[in-house]
Amino acid sequence: MIEVKNLVKCFGPKRAVDGVSFTVERGDVLGFLGPNGAGKSTSMRMITGYIPMTSGQVTVGGMDISKSPEEAKKLIGYLPENAPSYPGMSVRGFLKFCAEIRGITGSAATRAIDRVVSLCFLDKVIHQNVDTLSKGYRHRVCFAQSIIHDPDILIMDEPTDGLDPNQKQEVRKIIKQMGEKKAIIFSTHILEEVEAVCNRTIIIDQGKKVEDGTPDEIKRKALNAGSIIVGTTGVLASELSRKLEALNGVDKVEVLSDSQQKVSARVFPGAAVAFGSLAPEIYRLAARESWTLNELHTDSGRLDDVFRRITFSETGKAKN
Amino acid sequence: MNLKPVLTITKREFVTLITSPLASVFLVIFLFGAGLMTFQIGRFFDGGEASLDIFFSFHPWLYLFLVPAIGMNLWAEEKRSGTIELLLTFPIASWHAIIAKFIATWLFIAVALAFTIPYIFMVKGLGDPDMGPIITGYFGSFLMAGSYLAITCFTSALTRNPVISFIIAFVGCFLLILCGYPPITEFLANDLNLAGWVVRLVSGFSFMTHFELMQRGLITLRDLVFFLSTVIFFLFATSFVIRSQRAG
Ligand SMILES: Nc1ncnc2c1ncn2[C@@H]1O[C@H](COP(=O)(O)OP(=O)(O)O)[C@@H](O)[C@H]1O
Ligand SMILES: [Mg+2]
Repeated sequence: MIEVKNLVKCFGPKRAVDGVSFTVERGDVLGFLGPNGAGKSTSMRMITGYIPMTSGQVTVGGMDISKSPEEAKKLIGYLPENAPSYPGMSVRGFLKFCAEIRGITGSAATRAIDRVVSLCFLDKVIHQNVDTLSKGYRHRVCFAQSIIHDPDILIMDEPTDGLDPNQKQEVRKIIKQMGEKKAIIFSTHILEEVEAVCNRTIIIDQGKKVEDGTPDEIKRKALNAGSIIVGTTGVLASELSRKLEALNGVDKVEVLSDSQQKVSARVFPGAAVAFGSLAPEIYRLAARESWTLNELHTDSGRLDDVFRRITFSETGKAKN
Repeated sequence: MNLKPVLTITKREFVTLITSPLASVFLVIFLFGAGLMTFQIGRFFDGGEASLDIFFSFHPWLYLFLVPAIGMNLWAEEKRSGTIELLLTFPIASWHAIIAKFIATWLFIAVALAFTIPYIFMVKGLGDPDMGPIITGYFGSFLMAGSYLAITCFTSALTRNPVISFIIAFVGCFLLILCGYPPITEFLANDLNLAGWVVRLVSGFSFMTHFELMQRGLITLRDLVFFLSTVIFFLFATSFVIRSQRAG
């Protein structure tokens, strides 16, 4: 549905987006991750046709956004950063305008408005002026606008920014639900959000794509991914690490904490060991030694570790 | 050519405008100003003549303050609130929005002008005025307001700050009045000794020059072309500014 090829945007000498490519199919929810200033908003503005690209190509539903912008824009729903809406209009008036400009009028408009109002929980404020709304409501009004024409493609720039935890949860649920039938791109710098909602993730930094994969695939790239946390009671830390290190396939053992008889350690497997296959070995070892195990699990890695490593090393490089 | 979006946006802009406090302020000042200038300063009644000459001759000065004020937010506000990003990602062309905003505000000025129609009845009560100059005067005044407005659209697109937009529009329109204002043209001709064709060229860019005949009942092609081309030129300039600003 969305095809982005070698997207580049220069602001003067600055390359805000630098050769980003990816595709998003129907049923995909793509998380667009990156630190502030990475070029997320700029990319989205080019994909939605708000700003022209310096070079590259964007096609949505087979249509080139630069060559047939009006046709392509019909397929897209867009929630810009900061969720703008027209001051001085009521929520209903605003939604009616957004429907009408997309060619939805009369009873079709009424139905469309009713649908998004209930989906975004706007019933209570429907007649209120948008500038008297709280930030969370204003956000949802703009979100409602983006789905008023039930678009195949939904592009959202930080859709949960400024919402309280409950509202964040609510919006994530809606995005996930809609993702089954649409192609969705949303940007965020909240990593838990990506894990909760996306089936694909792209990390961009300084305008360049640095990671692309499912959240699980990217998490595996964390240094801790695949390591095993072992927690015991009544075992000496030195004994625990000596015996674990002697185990086949163990690369190194790191004691994480050691207090009041409780010792926990992180066991790093060797490079050749398959993900998750070491834990049963450790379990059997504990059984042989009659250790009291109170924790044993394989760390699947954390997105923020990968994120931090990638984006830190990149900025580090740039400064040197 | 699909004109539906123009209609939709015009409606929205017009409703937003007439329900804004700015609109009431505009109307009050416009009607009060037109009345005050005509009756007090112009000594409407002393002229002993039943005509609306004096009434119309104040319009260039009234518009100078009021049109930049009513139009300064047209684009500046869109940019400040970020709604321009919505507007320009709707499936419309940007000229739809540019024209619609212009028309909505122009219509509003037409409404304000219509509120001055009672003046006509007052004049009719005084004598038996010639309706020709009154009709062409209104028409010319409306056209002239369009030129002021197109200039304001342009300055409003230049900045997100409405005050700056107001000031640039004011100065621009002021210059376009001055270059045809009789004391100035006389100064150019007599004190600076400029050749007649230079003075005519300079004053040819003035609202004053082109509004003059219309106040007297004459609509010439030259004046029509002047006002309409000013509108078209500045709307194109607006579109150019909006496009180049997005390009970054
Ligand atoms: N209109 C613009 N003019 C100049 N620089 C810009 C413009 N828009 C964005 N940038 C720059 O491009 C970079 C990427 O910005 P942005 O896409 O907003 O990042 P993100 O959304 O990932 O936080 C930033 O360094 C920003 O300063
Ligand atoms: Mg951003």
